[in-house]
Amino acid sequence: MVTTYWLTPYILFFPLLGFLINGLFGRKFKNENLIGWIATSAVAISFLIAVAIFLEMISLPEEEKSKIVDLFNWISVGSFKVDFSLQVDQLSILMTMIVTGVGSLIHMYAIGYMHGDSGFWRFFAYLNLFIFAMLVLVLADNFLLMFLGWEGVGVCSYLLIGFWYDRKFENGTTGDAAKKAFIVNRIGDFGFLLAIFFIVSKFGTLNFQNVFAQSSLLTSGDAIITTITLLLFLGATGKSAQIPLYVWLPDAMAGPTPVSALIHAATMVTAGVYMVARCSILFALAPTTLAVVAVIGILTALVAGSIGLVQNDIKKVLAYSTVSQLGYMFVAMGVGAFSVGIFHLMTHAFFKALLFLGAGSVIHAMHHEQNIQNMGGLKKYLPITYKTFFIAALAISGVPFFSGFFSKDEILWKAFSNGSFTLWLMGIIGAAMTAFYMFRLVTLTFEGKSRFDEHKFHPHESPKVMTTPLIILAILSAVGGFVAIPHALDIFHFGNKFDEFLNPIFSTASFKLRQIEHGSLWTEYLLMITSSSIAIGAIFLARNFYLNKIDFVNSISLKFKKSYNILLNKYFVDEAYEATIIKPISRVSDKFLYQIIDVKVIDNFLNFSAKFIDWLSSVLVKIQSGVVQDYAVVFVFGIVILFGILFVV
Amino acid sequence: MIPLDYYLILSAFLFTTGMLGVLIRRNVIVVFMSIELMLNAVNLSLVAFSSFIGNPAGQILVFFVMTVAAAEAAVGLAIIISLFRNKLTININEINILKW
Repeated sequence: MVTTYWLTPYILFFPLLGFLINGLFGRKFKNENLIGWIATSAVAISFLIAVAIFLEMISLPEEEKSKIVDLFNWISVGSFKVDFSLQVDQLSILMTMIVTGVGSLIHMYAIGYMHGDSGFWRFFAYLNLFIFAMLVLVLADNFLLMFLGWEGVGVCSYLLIGFWYDRKFENGTTGDAAKKAFIVNRIGDFGFLLAIFFIVSKFGTLNFQNVFAQSSLLTSGDAIITTITLLLFLGATGKSAQIPLYVWLPDAMAGPTPVSALIHAATMVTAGVYMVARCSILFALAPTTLAVVAVIGILTALVAGSIGLVQNDIKKVLAYSTVSQLGYMFVAMGVGAFSVGIFHLMTHAFFKALLFLGAGSVIHAMHHEQNIQNMGGLKKYLPITYKTFFIAALAISGVPFFSGFFSKDEILWKAFSNGSFTLWLMGIIGAAMTAFYMFRLVTLTFEGKSRFDEHKFHPHESPKVMTTPLIILAILSAVGGFVAIPHALDIFHFGNKFDEFLNPIFSTASFKLRQIEHGSLWTEYLLMITSSSIAIGAIFLARNFYLNKIDFVNSISLKFKKSYNILLNKYFVDEAYEATIIKPISRVSDKFLYQIIDVKVIDNFLNFSAKFIDWLSSVLVKIQSGVVQDYAVVFVFGIVILFGILFVV
Repeated sequence: MIPLDYYLILSAFLFTTGMLGVLIRRNVIVVFMSIELMLNAVNLSLVAFSSFIGNPAGQILVFFVMTVAAAEAAVGLAIIISLFRNKLTININEINILKW
């Protein structure tokens, strides 16, 4: 049978090729368009291959959908084997399409955004490398290969956050932000690595299929599975910016805006969610971990959402919103609604990429001004950006029939039916905050009077190469949700295509969880109406506040100055980490490791051994007299001793 | 026929004399001659063994030793001459500059 599955390695190959071409020869290409379009088409070709595989996959019968494409044997030590093999199944092909699809749009946008930058070729080389690493992560068929991609995206993220390494950012340079992201991620990676060690010692293999097949024989709540999943989740909190490791993501906004859109919103940060979904069977066996995941998720959603309410940097607001939305995805994972989490991952990729690209368009037009207090009234200058941004804001707020509505509402419904009322209530509060800060952002940026000097400069709409991706993403954000119409709204019996497609991947996990949904159809309607009306109410509230009653808002923030300051300073989490972790570590490093261990112990030991050798050689050097006959005497004695031994033995 | 032992005893005597000369004498030329004596002592025992066993290999080896000894004598005397020109002495105790 002719199949497109054998094309899978080429999905990886083209971004790698793009990276090599631009990375090795990019400096010599004088033409920006050439560099940009090489990179963009590399990702676009991968996208087309992924779509071709996807189209074949949906026509195949259920049991033939998942295939392993072997490339080569990577590590082979005794009975332990790791292959460089790619797993093509419903979940990975979907992620591949999201990564390459959104990725190619952002590449295209970046051609316009990065125009004139001295590191243009470097930027596109990194972007291609990132796509390659992300695809390795997504397509891997074992934990180690996934970890390779996991580290790869971490490195690319580091390189791209610090892309403008000489620019100031907050109290330091963008290099500091890059280091922060990298180091915080290392903590998560450490958890992931430990989990891998545990898996090897428990199952003797790292292959997904083998591990899952063996683990499904174990009983639920097994201690080792709980340990493994908790460690895996630690890895996920690092990469996907959850409490307690979310602090790097807002700082990651030091990078160029397309990077924020691609890496820190649409793709890389969802790696943790993807990993949890991939290991759904393991997580299903550890109810404790699932509870932890859900609680961490909802807390992150609330904390990040509340910080987002008062931030003034356009990208910071979006960054906290990303953290908060990732929290929702983990809530879905935590209540065992894996396909719903992945669905939100997809819609979020659409609208958050769009929001960031829109923000990039604004920043581009405002000549790198990012403070929304200095904007306003941009509607008439940037009509396309405004319209697309508005659609994305509607989608993320969960206004009915936009993509975010379907996914977020499904998460809230699952949180209620599989979880608890409290979880749902906290989710609703988070959703209301989302709607509020998004429309605070829209209103302050695009509407009202301009708060900048309109005579001095005239913001201009971005070129076509930037607006085209915006329009495509806006269409996706608007209608992307219709692939997964919830049961309750399915009047035409169209069916939840998304769920049907993904469910085989999660069927074992769902079976293990033995979930019984409680709550009737009417409860679902009721909850749905509640959440959408709260979202719409929050939208009107925000518009009213920031359009007409700005004085009232200011008076409120003055009145509650304390809590306002806490929010503005992000709950002082950075400061708390500084005081409780960074300071003690650097003090211990300085006072103990440096001044005692290094200076006293290590240096003294080295000096002593050098002095000892010096003394020893001053003794031994006497042997060398320079008189030939002395040496001859030694020869003779040597021979005599040798003969002596010969006779004795 | 003279027994093998006699040859070997003579050879050992010559070898020991040469060795003591190398170790004890201070004159470089004498040391040099003592080395020749040691080589010839070895030659003697080689030839003796060869004749007693009836294998000519030992005698062939002696030719090699003699060739090497000739070459060594040429090089060695050349070194001694240039040493004397530099140091104006052939006392081996005074030729000790090759040290730390």
